[in-house]
Parts: sequence; C-alpha cells; structure tokens
Amino acid sequence: MAPINRPVQEKVDEMQPFQNGSQSAQKTSQPVAITPAIGFQERSYGPLRAGAAGPVYVNKTHPTDFPWKIEWNAETCIRCGSCVAACTFGAIEPHLMRQGQTVSVGNFPTPVTDTHVVMAIRQVPDSKLACRGCTMCERVCPTDSIHPVLNEQHRFPLVARRGGTPVKRGGRAHHIPVRALDYIKVGRISQMTDPALDAARHTFDLLTPLGRNLPARELPFKVENGKLVMQGQTPPMQWIYPVMIGDMSIGALSWRMWEALALAVAYLNEQCSMPVRMNSGEGGMPKRLLTSEYLKYFIIQIASGHFGWNRIIKAMPQMVTDPAGILIKIGQGAKPGDGGLLPSQKVAPHIQAIRGVPQADLLSPPNHQGLYSIEESVQKMFLSMNAAFKFRVPVAIKVAASSTSVSVYNNLIRDPYHIVGGFFMDGIQGGTGAAHEVSMDHTGHPILSKLRDCYLAAVEQGKQGQIPLFVGGGFGDSGDLAADAFKAICLGASGVFSAKIFLQLAGCVGNEKGRCNACNTGKCPVGICTQDPRLVSRLDVDAVAQNIVDYFLAMDSELKKLMAPIGNSSLPIGRSDALISMNKSIADRLQIAYAC
Amino acid sequence: MCRMAAIKSKNPVAPAVVLRMMLAMQEGHDNSGFAMVMQDLGGAFANFKDFPLLSMACTPLGLDRAEEYLEMLGFTPKFDYQPDVDDHPGLDFQKMPIYVFRNYRYPESYVSRPWEEKKKLLVSSCLELRKLLSVGDQGYIYSFWPDVLTLKEVGDPRDIGTYFQMWNENHWLQARVISAQCRQNTNYKIVRYAAHPFFLEGYTLMGNGEDTFFQKNKDYLNGLHPGYIGFESDTQSFLYTLHYVVEQLGWPLNYYKHVITPLTFDELNRHPDAPVLQHIRQSCQNLEINGPNTVVFVLPDNQMGIVADAKKLRPLVIGQQEDLVAVASEVCGVNMAIPDRDYTSDVYPGERETVLINNRLEVQQWLQ
Repeated sequence: MAPINRPVQEKVDEMQPFQNGSQSAQKTSQPVAITPAIGFQERSYGPLRAGAAGPVYVNKTHPTDFPWKIEWNAETCIRCGSCVAACTFGAIEPHLMRQGQTVSVGNFPTPVTDTHVVMAIRQVPDSKLACRGCTMCERVCPTDSIHPVLNEQHRFPLVARRGGTPVKRGGRAHHIPVRALDYIKVGRISQMTDPALDAARHTFDLLTPLGRNLPARELPFKVENGKLVMQGQTPPMQWIYPVMIGDMSIGALSWRMWEALALAVAYLNEQCSMPVRMNSGEGGMPKRLLTSEYLKYFIIQIASGHFGWNRIIKAMPQMVTDPAGILIKIGQGAKPGDGGLLPSQKVAPHIQAIRGVPQADLLSPPNHQGLYSIEESVQKMFLSMNAAFKFRVPVAIKVAASSTSVSVYNNLIRDPYHIVGGFFMDGIQGGTGAAHEVSMDHTGHPILSKLRDCYLAAVEQGKQGQIPLFVGGGFGDSGDLAADAFKAICLGASGVFSAKIFLQLAGCVGNEKGRCNACNTGKCPVGICTQDPRLVSRLDVDAVAQNIVDYFLAMDSELKKLMAPIGNSSLPIGRSDALISMNKSIADRLQIAYAC
Repeated sequence: MCRMAAIKSKNPVAPAVVLRMMLAMQEGHDNSGFAMVMQDLGGAFANFKDFPLLSMACTPLGLDRAEEYLEMLGFTPKFDYQPDVDDHPGLDFQKMPIYVFRNYRYPESYVSRPWEEKKKLLVSSCLELRKLLSVGDQGYIYSFWPDVLTLKEVGDPRDIGTYFQMWNENHWLQARVISAQCRQNTNYKIVRYAAHPFFLEGYTLMGNGEDTFFQKNKDYLNGLHPGYIGFESDTQSFLYTLHYVVEQLGWPLNYYKHVITPLTFDELNRHPDAPVLQHIRQSCQNLEINGPNTVVFVLPDNQMGIVADAKKLRPLVIGQQEDLVAVASEVCGVNMAIPDRDYTSDVYPGERETVLINNRLEVQQWLQ
C-alpha cells in the first residue's frame, strides 16, 4: 500500500533559503542560530520555531508590518514557481522547509513520524521588497494557491522610512475621505415641460472648444450686403471631444503603453470620427510621429524640465501639420509644487535618447525658470509658444488646483493679447508616475469646488467660455468616466482630461486603496510604467488600444444617455441646474440644488 | 404649455380677435393669465405715435412715485386714457387698483436730440420706474415706449376681456401688430413680470416652450445690458438674445437663428458661410437655447419674425390673407382670425427657418 502522506503542521521547521549558499541545502534538525540584533533588523526569516531556544526579536521587520500579506496554500500549490517568476517586486520567494509527516508503511496501520524537505513560498520581510498587492502571483497561479490580502493593521509608514529616506511611490492619493462626484446626480429630467430626447436616434454635438474664444462683440465681422464677412484673424480654435487623454510622458509610461494610447487616439479620429486629443506629457514625442499627419491629434506639453523639446524644435521644420495644442505645465494635482520626477531606473537608453539626457533621476524644477508671476507667464511663455507655431495652435496652461486657482484664472482671463487658449486644472485625485508619498497624500486641492469657483468667477465677469476650463484629477475613478465628465461639464468645465483610467484599461491594477501604485519603481508588473523590455513585453499593444477605443465608444453612448434626458443636444457647459446633490454641504459649496 | 396668438394687419384691429384665437386654443393653456403687446397703434392712441406711452398697473402710491420720478426727469403728460371697465362681480381676475396708459412728452432738453439718446433715456427711465414700483410691491411697469401698449393680467382671459371691454370690435385699443399669450403655468409662479410677450427697447418677444439652457443664457446675458434683468421666465432670454444680436452687435436678423439654434457641426461645415458660422457658434455658445421652443418677435420697425427650435418640438402656424396675417400655436387659433383663407398657403415654420412678415405682409421664409 502506498504511504499516506499527510502534513503535520505543528512539526514545521525552518531552513535557510536557496540563495544563502551551500548551507541552505543542508538538512538540520537544529533551529538556525540567530544573532541578537542591535537596533532593528530589516531581514528575518519567518516565525521562530515553537519552543525554540533563544530570544524573540519582535522589532524585526515582518510581513505583518506590510499593507499586503501573502496567503499561500501549501496543500494546493504545485510548486510551479510561476508566482515567484511573475512577482516583479521580489516580494515572495521560494524556500525549503522540513515538514513532519505521519505515514504508515506496513500492512497494518502503524503510524510512523517522518520528515521531508519541501519547497514553500513565503513573503520576504524586507520593506524595500514589500508586497504591493498587485495580484500578479494570483493571476498566474494555475491552482489558485496564492493571493495577497489587504492588511489593515499594518505598520508600513513606520518601517518604510528606515534608513532616513522619504517614501516615494506612484499612482494616486490615498485616503480621500469624500468623492464629491458620487453625491451629485443629474436631477433635472425633461418630463412634460419639455420632451426628453432619444439617445439612440437624435443628433448630438459632443464637441467642445479648445482655444481662446473671443466674445461676439470682438469678432472681426463686417456687414456687407446683409451678410457678415470676416475681416482679420481670430485666435486658433479647435472643436474637440470633451474627454481627452491626460498628460503621461514616454518615460513615465513604457514606450509601448504610450504607443497603445496613440494608436487608440488615431483610430478614434480616423475611423470613429471622434476628435479625441491626447497630451504628450513632458517627455517629448517620437520624431516619426512629430513629422507625421497624426501630430494633429496631439497636444504637446512643455513642462519645467523642457524634456524632449530639443527634439521637438529640431523636428519643427519637417512637421507636415500643426499639433492640436501646446500645454504649458506649471503643476499637477497629485504633487502640487513639485516638478516632474522620473527615477533613474526608468531612464532607459531610449528614454535618454528622446529626452537628450544621461541616465539619472530626472527632476523637473518646481517652476519654469524665469517665470515669477502670472503676467510674465502670459507675456513670455504664452507669447513665445504662440509665436513658435505662428499663432495657429491654441496654447493652454495646466496648474494644480489650489486655493489660489481663482486668482490665477482671473489674471489669465483678462488676456489682452488673446493668447491664452485654455486653463487646465488638476485636482488632488490626479495620478503621477512618481512622487513623495507625503505630497500625494497630504497636498493638493479637490477639483470640483475650484472648477466651480473659476467658472462662477468668469460668469461674474461675463467671460465664461472665453478661456475654456478643462479639469482632471480623479475623473473616471469610479469607472464611469462619462458620468464624471458630464457632471464636471454641467458645473462649468468645457471638458475633462483623464489618465489613470486608460492605464487601468491597459491592465493597471493600481487603486486608491493602496494596491500597487509602484509606477516609480520601474517594476510595473503589467508593463505600463516600466522601461524593462521583459516587463513591457507583458503588454499587448493592440489589445490595449482596442480596450481604449471600446471604452471611448461606450462612453460616447453614455454621454448621450445623460444628455438626452435633460433635453440637450449640445454640451451643457455650465448647466448647473441639471444637477442636484444629495449632500447639503456639497450642494451649497457648488451652488447646485440640494435634494433628499 | 403656453398658447400664442399674433396678428399683423394692414389696418388696425381690436384685441377681440386675439382673444377669440386664444379661446379656440383653450385646451392648451389653463386660463391663468393673459398678456398682450400692441404696436403701431390705432384707436385712442393713433394721434400720439411719437410720444412715449407708459403702460403700467399699480397702486395709488406706485402712481405717485412714478409721476414724481417722470416729472423729475422732465417728462410731461400728453394724453391719458382711462379705460371704461365692466367691473361686475364674479370675474375671475386679479385686477390692479390703477391702470395707466399715458403718453408723455419728452423732457425739453431731449426734444431735439437724436433717437439713439431718446432710446437710452426711455430704457433707463423704465428700469428705474420698475425699481421704484418694486419697493413695497406697488405695481408693475410693462413698457414706456412710443406706439407700444402693454397689458398683463392674471386671471381668466375671458373675464379680463370682459373687464376691459375688449370683446368690443370697436374698442378704444386698436393696433396693426398684436402679440398675445395665455399661459399654462408650469415652472414659475404666476407673476405679471413672468408673462410674455416681453418688451425691451423696441423689441417684443413671446415664446412657447422650455429653454433648457436657461441657466447658461441667464448667466451670460446678465452682464451684457442693464435691461437684461428679471428672468422671471426663461422666455426673457430669447428677447435679450434677439436684442443683443440685432441691436447691440448689429448683426443682420438671419444670424439670430444661428445664435440660438446653431447648425450641427456636420451641417455647419458644409455651409457656404462656414467660417463665419463657426465663429458665431463658438462665441455665442452661451446663447444657444437647445430646447423645445417657438419664438414670435416684433422688431422696432414692426416687422414680425418667427423661429422654431432646432428640434421642431413646438408647433406654430401662419395663416394669411391680403390685409391680415395671423400667427397661432394651433390651426384652430388661426381659423378664428382668418376662417376663409387659402389653407394651402399656411406656413408651418421648419426647424431651420426664420420666417419674417414684413410691413407689406409678405411672408418670407429664410433657410438657416
């Protein structure tokens, strides 16, 4: 009769892992001697054997300190090693352990205790290698034997700063207490006062202006024979889709992810007649794209590091069309007051080439050098960027939402030169490729109240719509980008820019509860925010582009499903009477109706 | 839903005709009020066409305030008509203590001034009178303009007609242009200032429907002219936009339609006037109405215009004969004014049309 193998858990012993050399392969019945630590030890190996002699070092870093704990099922695991291979963070490792077993080898039940050396999977107790909860181990496991579990009682903020280094990560802010958009509903429905429209059959104009919009009285019109005739020029203006792809650079993103976004945008424009625009981010663009017809679908960003602009300027003589716009980035919502940050581990050779830099941490300054005031920014940057493209391309500016946003907008909206083509505001729930955690979680301003403040400031001056307001930062976090965008539009936004959701469509598993958000490490497990070719190969560019196109098509239908019941066939920019809030404070703050 | 009736005639007619039109369309309104603007007057006011005519309903205190203010400005009464009324019990009608229909002479210093300056004076005086009367709710001023008379009442249109004896075809009120509306109250409280037709600086307008971009329109129009006030009704935004486009911007009338119901981008890009229309669409994006509406307006030169919303969700019909054009929300309304007309010449304005009835009573249809 074959022996009956049944693990006896109380007999579990510990052994050194493979990487500790020859010692690890030796079988020993004695517990491994542990040297008493001075101070904190970063690395220890699992629970001490019950009853083992020696002190217990409770202050050693332990997986229970981490936000994610790995649960592994020894009984179902087939030891294929897929999880360890898939984990880009080195958070789990194989090790050997001696396992006690009670077996019966004779013709009659005669229990005999025996021990075997078996391979096991365990979490590495190193805060630098802490599990990110990315679930890659779970996704590749053929027997569902392993998965990360959120550890709400973790002590990670305390252990992660050992060594005196501030915590950095990517992703988005955690611990945002209220998502105001969820308390807002479309409450003004056309019921008998006016007919609701048919979302499937009616014609909807889902376009919004990007560019400096002159008031009617300043249009260069002359009446000739009962007709208006244009006399002179007006600032450049584009009518675009009201949801655009926010600024993510080649560098922050893998080149293949950026390529997938670009593919999707080109497809939406060329095949679906949806004039979706994509922002390049601060990192330049491939020369082949810069000198192609497709450039017209892209808004090129210039940020404080000016990364990529050497190449852009050199490509200008060969450009066959104009870009959709230029966006001067002053700040971003996820880390207001900081410039861009691309850790050196992501500055791969192709990134060095496109940005014209050696491998190093690429830290954009917190401000554009030489700009000390709003007036200067208008005169210097707006004018020079307008002039660079011969006043044919709208030039907009992007700032982090702040208590001072209205002052900035008020200053810009005076714009005597008619060169400010848009005001982009990014809220605290925006994402980033890399930032200090303290900046992400504790600095910034929610976007909705600032959007409303800016819009109403323009209304007060009769200048709404003259400099279109675009907002970003958390739009689409719920998965319903159409609803989020629609609500922002009713509050006064000309459109929204969104980014994280398109990464999530590509497979990004990051979320607001702390999952993954390792965009800064260069170890993105799905190949989105990394320049490691082995990881990038995990990304299926065509499938990602398809996902993004599909999402836009669905969103387009959903936007119509929101416009139809309120009886609008054009974008209801500033139509705040269409909204209600079921939270009195939010209703009062945004000056919309409270409903309960 | 409101019901509208309008008359443009070569000869002055009494308001009885529009009252009859309204009664025919009674199923479409709720008898909660009747409002009317008469222009190009005949009857009692025929000889005072150049003198600003004050149309006001107020209390004695309100009248004192108004008279004192106008006297201070230098206006002097020229002609005052006190209507005979039939005040028998049981009328469903919230009448005001005093009705004023009075022509004034311009202040001496204004007599020889250009019309543009007189216009400004009349508009500012009217706005100030409105402010004065609103203190303590002492009355309503509807218009203060030469050759224009306005009446706005809350109650059953039949009883309002009875009180002012307007069923009489030889009534003291006669006009070549009459715009009238009976309202079914929906969104707004029944207040006199919410009743259209509205009047501003020579422009009269009434509308049927719902302006779904009212909030946007209101937010934008607020600061464009001191007379763009009230907004007790969404229809006011149509009047103010008409005034803004034609009077302030000086654009030809056909662009009004392009402002309030712009072409879709597909249509617009194919239009021969595309560059101009694109600029209008982007600069006037806050003046689009985007709802089910039909609008009837009268220009300062007494031409009458009609536009419908781009979705053509509110009806209107125009019937005509040699000396009279009748406009009504429903055919039965037109039938009451011109029963023996050629029905085949009736015009139903389309969603992309502006209809203009000129002073020769030619009905022109302009395609947007």
